[in-house]
Formats: sequence, C-alpha cells, structure tokens
Amino acid sequence: MSYNEKVLDHYENPRNVGSLDKMDAQVGTGMVGAPACGDVMKLQIRVSADGIIDDAKFKTFGCGSAIAASSLVTEWVKGKSIDEALAIKNKEIADELALPPVKIHCSVLAEDAIKSAVADYRSKQSQQAKGV
Amino acid sequence: MKLPIYMDYQATTPVDPQVMEAMLPWFVEKFGNPASRSHAYGWEADEAVTLARKQVATLIGADPREIVFTSGATESDNLAIWGVAQFYREKGNHIITLTTEHKAVLDTCRYLESDGFTVTYLPVQPNGLVNLAALEAAITPQTILVSIMAVNNEVGVIQPLEAIGRLCRQRKVFFHCDGAQGVGKIPMDVNVMNIDLLSISAHKIYGPKGVGALYVRRQPRVRLKAIMHGGGHERGMRSGTLPTPLLVGLGEACRIAGVVMATEQSQTLALRERLRIGIMSRLTHVELNGDLHARVAGNLNISFNYVEGESLMMAIKNVAVSSGSACTSASLEPSYVLRALGVNEEMAHTSIRFGLGRFTTAQEVDHVIEIVVSAVNKLREMSPLWEMVQDGVDMTSLQWAAH
Repeated sequence: MSYNEKVLDHYENPRNVGSLDKMDAQVGTGMVGAPACGDVMKLQIRVSADGIIDDAKFKTFGCGSAIAASSLVTEWVKGKSIDEALAIKNKEIADELALPPVKIHCSVLAEDAIKSAVADYRSKQSQQAKGV
Repeated sequence: MKLPIYMDYQATTPVDPQVMEAMLPWFVEKFGNPASRSHAYGWEADEAVTLARKQVATLIGADPREIVFTSGATESDNLAIWGVAQFYREKGNHIITLTTEHKAVLDTCRYLESDGFTVTYLPVQPNGLVNLAALEAAITPQTILVSIMAVNNEVGVIQPLEAIGRLCRQRKVFFHCDGAQGVGKIPMDVNVMNIDLLSISAHKIYGPKGVGALYVRRQPRVRLKAIMHGGGHERGMRSGTLPTPLLVGLGEACRIAGVVMATEQSQTLALRERLRIGIMSRLTHVELNGDLHARVAGNLNISFNYVEGESLMMAIKNVAVSSGSACTSASLEPSYVLRALGVNEEMAHTSIRFGLGRFTTAQEVDHVIEIVVSAVNKLREMSPLWEMVQDGVDMTSLQWAAH
C-alpha cells in the first residue's frame, strides 16, 4: 500500500492536533464518524468577533488518509469566514490529497466535520442571543 | 539492524543457510529425475529423495512410506480433505472442522458442501481452543473426518491434539491435522496424537517455498482419491516429477528442526515474553488475543484499543508484521479468526500479529517495543476516542451514526 506524499506529510507531521475549550461560546465542535466504521473525526473551530475562524484543532481516530484530511481542513479553514469554510467541498480535499476511490469517504467525513462544527457554533450563538 | 525488522515468521521464514547449502548441488550437478531407474543420475536423486522422506518422517514419528510430497500445506490440506471425502463418500458425508482453520481447509470444506457433503464448523472458546465436549457431540455416524489445525496461524494457540486424536480414534473417524504452523515448532508425533493425516509446509520451518508433505497413515490405513493424475508418483496419491532440490531442502529443514527445536523454542519464548511484557507493561488498554499458555513460542497477537489499525500499521512501517484487518483490500474486513474468538470489530482492526523466529534478536525486540509504544501513544494523543476515555466517558454508552 503506497500513500501519496501529501498524505504521508500530514500523517507524519499533523497540523493543529489538539482540543479547544468546547464550553467556549466562540468554539464550535463537530464530531463525525463511528468507531465501528474505523473513522471518528473531531474538528473544532474558534470564531473571532468579526466572524473569522482564527483557530482550528482536530483529533482523529482513523486511517492515514482520514488523519491527513482532517489535518488539511484545519489549515484550510483558518482565516476563512464561516461561509467560506462551508464552501469547502470533499472533492477539493480528495483532489489535494490525491485520495484513491476507497479513501474518498475520508474527504466526505472531513467536509461533514466542518459542517458539524459550524452547526455547533451557530447553535451556541443563537442560544446566547436568546440569552439562554 | 536491518529495517524493516522482520516479525512475520508465521507468514514465512527465510531459508536457513544450511538448508540452502544442502539444496544447491541438486540444481545443476545432480539434476537427475528420481524416477529414472536406468542410470546413475536417477539413482542419486532417488537416494536424496529417500533421505528427505526419512527426515520428514522422523520429525513426526512416522514411517517414510507414509510421507506424500506435495507443493505445500495448501495442497496437502486439499488432498487430505477432498481425497478422504471422495474415497469414503459411500461411508459417510459429514466433516467437522473449526471456524478458525486456515482458508485452505475452510474453502476445501465449502467446496465439498457444494458436492453433497455436510460440514460442521465448530466455534472455538474465547481463548481460541476447541471445546472437546462440543467436538464429541458433533460426531455422528455419518462423520468421516475431523480436520483441526495444530497451531493457529493468527493467534498461535495450540489445540489439544492428543485429546482430539484419542476421541477420533475411539469414534473411528479420521483425524486430519493442518500442521503448517506446528510441525518443527512443537513436538508432534502422529502415533502419540493419533493423527491420520498431517499437512506439512517447508517454508514455515526455514525451508524453501513451493514444497510440503502430507503424512498419510498406513496402519490403520487411510485411503485417498488423488487430485493430480499422471505417472503414479507417491504411490498414486500425487503424480508429478519430484522436485529433488526442494525435497532436499524440506528434509534438511526437518532434520534441523528436530535437532534445535527444544532450545530454539525456549529462546523464542523468552524473546516473545520480552516483547509481550515490554509492550503490555507500558501501554494500557491492550489485549492479548488467544490463550497465553497453550500458545506457540513465536506468536504474539495483541489488540490496541482506541487506535485505528491501518494508521497503526503506517506508524510502525519499520516493523514487518501482519494486521488483523485486510486493510489493503477495498473493504476493511476484520480477521475472521479474531471474530471467532469473540474479539469485537474495532479491536480486531487494531490487532497486530508479531511473529518471532530463529533469527530474531533481543535488540530487535527492544527496538520494536520502542516503535510500537511510541506509535500507539502518538495515535492515542491524536484520537478523540482516547480523549473521551481519559475524560471518563463510558464508551459503550455512546450512540454512533453509521456512515
């Protein structure tokens, strides 16, 4: 089994591994996948007051491609607005990492992780707005 | 130290230099066909084959006339199971085997099911061993053959061969044993164990690939229908010109195994325990698969919880081992052997089989411990599941959406 160089690079030197405070109202946490399927991705984003993602962290249980895909999206979302982050499509991730067909689900999962993190952030914000 | 460190001795072994030395003259100088009766080229080859036959027989306490040379254990398993089934099909149509047998046994049985035979695939206990009471209960008047391996290729457990053989003899059922991982590693005697058919492979015991043998009992006689038809070699059970160099290699490998077995196995066991304790004392949430005591010296099979199998294999790429999941294929299939032991799917995916053997050193073992421990720690640091475990989340209580 041979991996693409970019996958190996992200796997061996993963960017932004770690956790942000999930209780922080500025932080959105997305957790997707299932252990039985062999992939669980946790992606966290922190959104600044002006709506820009200023930090992102991940933790992933999964194959080298899943780790690489999550590492890559943490790099990509940083500095983007929420809407720009939501525009990232799995195909771009798969193309960047040259994922083979059996690994496409890793890029799908990474896209889902962004959506899930944003949804969590938005629900926290709306709850705050309601003064909950 | 040569990288990657070879720890896959259950997959195959290097040819022992002494074995290769013995084989070399039989390629170019002494190339005769052992079946040629009319000249010296044939006679010397026949002598070499006769010696090899004797060496194989000696290792398992058999008579040389009971050894049939084959291309390897897969062919031996096919010949034993299919051959007995076809020969005795008037007598009965039932075969018993284990769910943890090698594919060469299971697929032959599956094939026979499509040909009118009934096969019982007995489950094993969580430690990988056969339940003797269940085996006894499974034998019917229709049963003609029980096929149970000596040593499991994945988890290394040693089946209670004497007890199985005794039971089969009492019930007048033939006992075939796939000895690919056992012969040369554990003492095996076909008479003590009442084995009627025994499959042997050369390349698992530092012999060449492409050759093996099937022991076929003469007293009481076991008869087989041949798969290979032709010149009537091997008393009609397996036609085809005998490959003298390969047989010399097999014979020499058996001879060496008989001489060194006791010391080699105790050394290998010491290294295996060094590896097991080295890993298990430094990592938590690690499980040994298969019984610790009824286990061949060179096998260690462990699962690492909260890391994923394929990334673990990537992280320990400097160690040549086998994984419990066929992750190179399109579908991520966990090992059927581990599943049969009741290992859950996640743990099966993260299992690693370490195979130690004749040329494994303590230095290699220590290096592997370092590589594995740091890889698992690194992946766990990166794992959201591990984080939840550290936070005290009860993992069994979580509901996951399938994807």
